[in-house]
Amino acid sequence: MENLDQFRAETREWLEANCPEDMRQPMRSDEDQCWGGRKWVFQSEGQQLWLERMATKGWTAPRWPAEYGGGGLSGGEAKVLKEEMSRIGARRPLNSFGLDMLGPALLLYATEEQKQQYIPDIINGRIRWCQGYSEPNSGSDLASLRTKAEDMGDHYLINGSKVWTSYADKADWIFCLVRTDFDCPKHEGISFMLFDMASEGVSTKPIKLISGSSPFCETFFDNVKVPKGNLVGTLNKGWEIAKYLLTHEREMIGGFGLAGGGLKPLGQLAASTRGTQDGRLRDTSLRAEAISFELDEMAFGLTIERITDETKAGQGTGASSSILKMYGTELNKLRMELMMAIGGTDSLNFESDRTGALVKSWLRSKANSIEGGTTEVQLNIIAKRILGLPA
Amino acid sequence: MALILDEEQQLLKDSAKAFLSENFPVSALRAMRDSGNDHMPELWAQMSEMGWPGMVVPDAYSGLEFGYVGAGVVLEEMGRTLALSPFLSSAVVSATLITKLGNEQQKEALLPSIASGELTAVLAADESGHYNLDEVATEAKASDGGFAISGSKRGVIDGHHADVLLVVCKNDSGSGVFAIPSDSDGISIETRLIVDSQRAADITFTDVFVGADALLGELGGADEALDFTLDVAAACSSAEMLGIAIESFERTVGYLKEREQFGSKIGTFQGLQHRAAQLFAEIEVTKSAVLSALQALDADSEKRSVLASMAKAKCSKVVRNATEEAVQMHGGIGMTDEFDIGFFMKRAAVCRQAYGDYHFHADRFATLRGY
Repeated sequence: MENLDQFRAETREWLEANCPEDMRQPMRSDEDQCWGGRKWVFQSEGQQLWLERMATKGWTAPRWPAEYGGGGLSGGEAKVLKEEMSRIGARRPLNSFGLDMLGPALLLYATEEQKQQYIPDIINGRIRWCQGYSEPNSGSDLASLRTKAEDMGDHYLINGSKVWTSYADKADWIFCLVRTDFDCPKHEGISFMLFDMASEGVSTKPIKLISGSSPFCETFFDNVKVPKGNLVGTLNKGWEIAKYLLTHEREMIGGFGLAGGGLKPLGQLAASTRGTQDGRLRDTSLRAEAISFELDEMAFGLTIERITDETKAGQGTGASSSILKMYGTELNKLRMELMMAIGGTDSLNFESDRTGALVKSWLRSKANSIEGGTTEVQLNIIAKRILGLPA
Repeated sequence: MALILDEEQQLLKDSAKAFLSENFPVSALRAMRDSGNDHMPELWAQMSEMGWPGMVVPDAYSGLEFGYVGAGVVLEEMGRTLALSPFLSSAVVSATLITKLGNEQQKEALLPSIASGELTAVLAADESGHYNLDEVATEAKASDGGFAISGSKRGVIDGHHADVLLVVCKNDSGSGVFAIPSDSDGISIETRLIVDSQRAADITFTDVFVGADALLGELGGADEALDFTLDVAAACSSAEMLGIAIESFERTVGYLKEREQFGSKIGTFQGLQHRAAQLFAEIEVTKSAVLSALQALDADSEKRSVLASMAKAKCSKVVRNATEEAVQMHGGIGMTDEFDIGFFMKRAAVCRQAYGDYHFHADRFATLRGY
């Protein structure tokens, strides 16, 4: 067993000295997150300093190998870092699809040269990535995608379109699924490519959601030239990479089911807003719903912990990402419903002030069980891949 | 602490599984019932030979001191085969209460024989049918240097087989627990057959005289130990419910893969697939709830009570869902006595009510969380 006490002491000291005060305050809304990239405008000096300092230590990607700029920490050390960050309420220095989705896939499937080229810029937040997966007629049935990449000898020529591309308008590069062979079963003939969103022929159009915000875009490719070296893994074998990356995406989205740092537990929020009688929430029906939610929330948080510990001990259960995605997103939707109930008619306010944020988060949460594979798709995966139920 | 079993705990679980599935499968419960019996003395004898009754008893009193995670994995496997024994009531719950509350002499007198399985004890606390200890009315009046106990306890499972009753009493100083031989004068026991083929005892105490040495700890000083014991009972009975849920789920998935209707296996129907997948996710989440509650007992963590009540509430809900879906997905045959799946629903009903039901623990959970 490694001795983590010294690491903990050093980490605590370093965080105390280096985490700016404003990065220790709870986030007021999603807009306080730092995404990095070429177009990023830092919202405060603290935000910039915090990213730079953490990236220098490789702690934006604590477990990635140090040779590419990662933290090189063991599982135990990474857990300590997380605990120490949450102890002082430190925000995540960088939110990024590069960190949560692309990076793990590159570490497994990319060439040495590609790793050297892309991973450091993910870790230090210089390049912001988006994900080119879904297409207008390929949502839940992702493998039916038709965006094509033709081999032109010295480059690929890409034509087609994507939809639900998160933050495509703000991203610098895209990791994209393209069809490189049309004469084979749909899961074969897909390749995994990377290219610059500033390339000629790429355009994006934000999609306005029911929440009023536009986190997703339509993305169009019109004769986009992509260098041959930007193919990751083997030609026509991109589906394997796509699936591997999806497990990371699901875990990321499933994590929404956990209350973020600084949030008051739901039952207590209800008690302080709606009042108590003999120490119990006065609204007994709301209390019953809050209890049911908190039981699931706590058990779900422990499940993330258990799966992490099992993976560390080499006892991974495989398709657990589908369980986390399905459970976590349904939980988050329920949390938002109960927050609205606690807020009462004030919570309906749609204007962009303090109270308007809640109704927008409520609306946004409805996408959680659709994006990254719907709840129904996750249930299909569990039924077929884990339970082995017949097709 | 990592939220996984360590090597020794895993070994214990594997050997419990092998022992129970080979020697006391569900057919043993059916045979017991059909012969008109309400317990399995042969199972207890064999468990005692293996030392299991000493699972949580300290080494100093001839126990294994293996901890609550160990007790939980044995109970989970017992839940899978619906094996009946005083393991939870005597070896886990009673042993815990005596360890927490008894003085040296009392522990010497009781714990080694509980650990060997020779003697069984049972907690006689509840009078309301809802594990509401605030409503305990059984009285202990000072009398001739000892106490006279009067009152009645309700629904004590296995109460008629136990050698010693741990009776929760109230008087002006507060609550106290007395260890009373079940054959003492003034005790009358009536039993009722309950749904899972066990018997529950209604026990009446009429001026039962006990010496001062029968009082565990002090009068008025039992609350903390009773609270810890409730956490133990809740977490450990959760483990048993988890076993019931897993086994009935696995049997059901097996059935979905075999049974044909409309010319195809019913497991191909998405309506059933999604319900099975949903249930699988719930059971996975429940596993984490149970293990964390058991670990918190071994660590005597401050989160112990919240986790224990969370586990009991969550398990009660999930095992209900799992056994209900099991019967439903088995269809007509699931309703027959000839088929075993109904046994799981019956035992689950008993476990769900034992030591506080969903509503009791949901309320306790919320109260502990400040609302």
